[in-house]
Amino acid sequence: MIATPAQLEHGSDAPASNYLNVNKTIASWAFTLDHKRIGIMYLVGIAVSLLLGGLFAMAVRLHLWMPEGALFNEDTYNQVFTLHGAIMVFLFIIPSVPASLGNFFLPIMLGAKDVAFPRMNLASFYLWVLGAIFFLAALLMTGLDTGWTFYTPYSSETHTAPVVAATMGVFILGFSSIFTGLNFVVTVNTMRPPGMTWFKMPLFLWSIYSTGIIQLLATPVLGITVLLLAAEATLHIGIFDPKYGGDPVLFQHFFWFYSHPAVYIMILPAMGVISELLPVYCRKHIFGYKFIALSSVAIALLGFLVWGHHMFVSSQSALATVIFSGLTFSVAIPSGIKVFNWLATMYKGNIYLTTSMCYVLSFLFLFTIGGLTGLHLGSLATDIALHDTYFVVAHFHYVMMGGALIAFIAGLFHWWPKMFGVMYNEFWGRISALLVFVGFNLTFFPQFYLGSLGMPRRYASYEGREGFPVSAELLEQFTRLHRVSTVGAMVLGVGLFIAAGVLLAALFYGRKAPRNPWGGATLEWTCATPPIHHNFDETPTVDDPYIYANLEWDPDEGGFKPKPPSTPTPSPEHQPVG
Amino acid sequence: MSVCHTLLQLPLAGFWFGEPATTNAENVDSLFGIITWICIAFFILIVGLMAVFLVRYRHRDGHAELPSPSHNNSLEIIWSVIPILLVALIFFLGFTAFMDMRTPPADSYDIQVLASKWKFLFRYPNGAESEVLHIPPDRPVRLVQQSADVLHSLYIPAFRTKMDCVPGRYTYQWFNANKPGDYDLFCAEYCGLDHSNMNSIVRVHESQAAFDLQLKKLNVPPAYPPDWGRELWERKGCKQCHSIDGSERPGGGPSWDDLWGTERQIMNASPVIADENYIKESIRMPQAKIRTGYQGINMSAYPPSLVSDAEIDALIAFMKELAGKYDGPSREEAEAAAKAAAEEGVGADSAAAANADATPANEKPAAEETKAEETTGKEPEGTASDSADSGDQEQ
Repeated sequence: MIATPAQLEHGSDAPASNYLNVNKTIASWAFTLDHKRIGIMYLVGIAVSLLLGGLFAMAVRLHLWMPEGALFNEDTYNQVFTLHGAIMVFLFIIPSVPASLGNFFLPIMLGAKDVAFPRMNLASFYLWVLGAIFFLAALLMTGLDTGWTFYTPYSSETHTAPVVAATMGVFILGFSSIFTGLNFVVTVNTMRPPGMTWFKMPLFLWSIYSTGIIQLLATPVLGITVLLLAAEATLHIGIFDPKYGGDPVLFQHFFWFYSHPAVYIMILPAMGVISELLPVYCRKHIFGYKFIALSSVAIALLGFLVWGHHMFVSSQSALATVIFSGLTFSVAIPSGIKVFNWLATMYKGNIYLTTSMCYVLSFLFLFTIGGLTGLHLGSLATDIALHDTYFVVAHFHYVMMGGALIAFIAGLFHWWPKMFGVMYNEFWGRISALLVFVGFNLTFFPQFYLGSLGMPRRYASYEGREGFPVSAELLEQFTRLHRVSTVGAMVLGVGLFIAAGVLLAALFYGRKAPRNPWGGATLEWTCATPPIHHNFDETPTVDDPYIYANLEWDPDEGGFKPKPPSTPTPSPEHQPVG
Repeated sequence: MSVCHTLLQLPLAGFWFGEPATTNAENVDSLFGIITWICIAFFILIVGLMAVFLVRYRHRDGHAELPSPSHNNSLEIIWSVIPILLVALIFFLGFTAFMDMRTPPADSYDIQVLASKWKFLFRYPNGAESEVLHIPPDRPVRLVQQSADVLHSLYIPAFRTKMDCVPGRYTYQWFNANKPGDYDLFCAEYCGLDHSNMNSIVRVHESQAAFDLQLKKLNVPPAYPPDWGRELWERKGCKQCHSIDGSERPGGGPSWDDLWGTERQIMNASPVIADENYIKESIRMPQAKIRTGYQGINMSAYPPSLVSDAEIDALIAFMKELAGKYDGPSREEAEAAAKAAAEEGVGADSAAAANADATPANEKPAAEETKAEETTGKEPEGTASDSADSGDQEQ
């Protein structure tokens, strides 16, 4: 990790011009080709989507306080859960880490000035905006109520207009995702700096690279699927709807052929963030680098072979079901390897409980539960009982929210000083991590129990219908567990608002951030804070990105700096949190 | 399997699920218990190590990172191989239990399931229909499932079983219920507006005789024609689109409350009086006369295979009663006539009746059907005694 001599001489002094103030006109943002500004614009869009999706989640949870439903009628509830799922999946999680943090840091970690195709990068952002507008308009104005999965024939025969509009939104968003993925794959392939061999890349890049491969290979299938769905809904071409000679199960195959790999689009970058943050805060080289790097690729490839596990009770043949179950278990192995390697990284480390690290530890806890409960769902006989119940809802949220969202927040806290040149309040940051952790478990753990008792997904009420009441025993359990979950969701919501508040407050009141506040050894910590427009004055040369012994704490600056060659051992008195 | 059996005794699965009510449910529960124990072991290992490391290696004065290797191939191979073996075990157990769940015995008793928005209708081999799923005890039952519109999924938590109902194809599930009682049944696949109200009750009867008696009861329609019509309105799907209180159903047709005998404005044609012929035509060929204001709403046609002529008569009687213009036999007269007709038929049904008489203890629960049960249906077609009933009602 060698910064340019010019920068070293200037110490922590930020250069007069950085990417934020180099040009302040609106046009300079709107037409920027700077990956950092595009990353920031993505971050704003993603944050707005998260807020929207989160508010709808709150509405769902409050509604389920009463067995008959507290807030909405059935129709509105169906639209609200569709909005929650669709916004969170298509507008938030899929772009979250790659499009914001990935865009910002991938070129910097490579010591490059920008991504390989800056114009395509900007086009990707505008496609995202266009797709999001299309999608939100469809969802809000015409009452889409199909769930985010658009299962046929319900989606093709009811509410045709919103389905067509929303699927066109998804189609456009898909191109945005493909552009980003293509850009990252090409950038990593061609623009690594001297000395950065494949196995000296930061693990974040490995995960983004694997994600890019999935985006390139899987997203076109989503495009095909939604086009066929739109054609079925409007022209009745007879492919998904049995009324016209189609097969509704075929749609599920198409849909999950994309949407299963898509869950790895969501979780792989999150794993990359964890692999990046954990060694920094443990002050120790990542354990088992090659296993982690290759497990990302393994997950990306195996992820294409398991889509049928969403369809164990769909009337897919028993043989296919058994094969998909077997393949599904194969994905458990690389994920498990990562968790063990992360644990081993903590061994004999020097663990700083910064806000980011608190979120990383949350991730390890929640992702472990999410991953292990996947065993219940991958196993055939138990999945028959648990499929389409709250058990699946809980599992999915433990992996996607406890995994992807928590890692995204951890990454934001970790890189916020670099992105905006400000430090945030660690105390309130840790409080937010604690509230999010407690609230999360309170919200979703009861849902495992709800599901195993038999509570189906996507129910606006759970008291049964006139003349057919749900048994008193189940009703009582359902009510109790739903209420615990709702209380948890409120705590979780407060935690997330505090986290957002801490980050936003830092923009206005935060003290100036040093070049390297946490002692990271990847390239972004050697460039200025905030980075200058073209990142580096000279192309840096690099070595192993997980060796921390060459950094020492500098109390004057409040951050780490490269050790002068004479100092023999690292001082134990590091204090990255001023 | 002795290991399975031991683990079956563990209280864990009992905590997570309710009491299992079929033979296969017990296997699912034991597998769930095994997987959960494996999960708990790994969870304690991972989170325990995390906590220990967190305490021992937390940053504090005088503590620094200690030298340790950054990789160890044998260790990494061990923690790759052990999980592989464990998931292989879980896969195998899940696979064998699954094949049992998917392979109905050759002698299983078939019940047809017709799922539609938003109810399940069960049809038994004798032609009887009900909205409650009646099951004989200790006997393999296979559900032969169809859907009339979109995807549904028939899910019985106590049986740990579930299978989608897919339009355009048949799907199957089977179980052997061994604990008499009432259980919840849900639709588990999102199917639109009233998805959350598409639940029902599974009733596992005390004995085969009680089950047979129930089927026999189901096969007799209510004697009083308007009652039968109301029941058909609920069961045949009319209710989804036509109210009986004057309110409008979104996307639905005209209310039935004051329909009978009134003048109806028809699209592109002169008005007609809502009489027997108009009602019958509107059921058999709904597009023939579209009432003004309801263009664009496409009611599907109901041929005699779905609604028989006798049933149309019952529906007409119901509409007449709604409009206060019913002029047929009173409820008392109709019930007395039906009773007399049933006594005539005793000879033919003597075997079944004797069977029922032989188990009077079982007759009582069957007689104390819930209110829901009273409104469930009968299919009169195809049996001689029903033709006699229909004949009565046509007068």
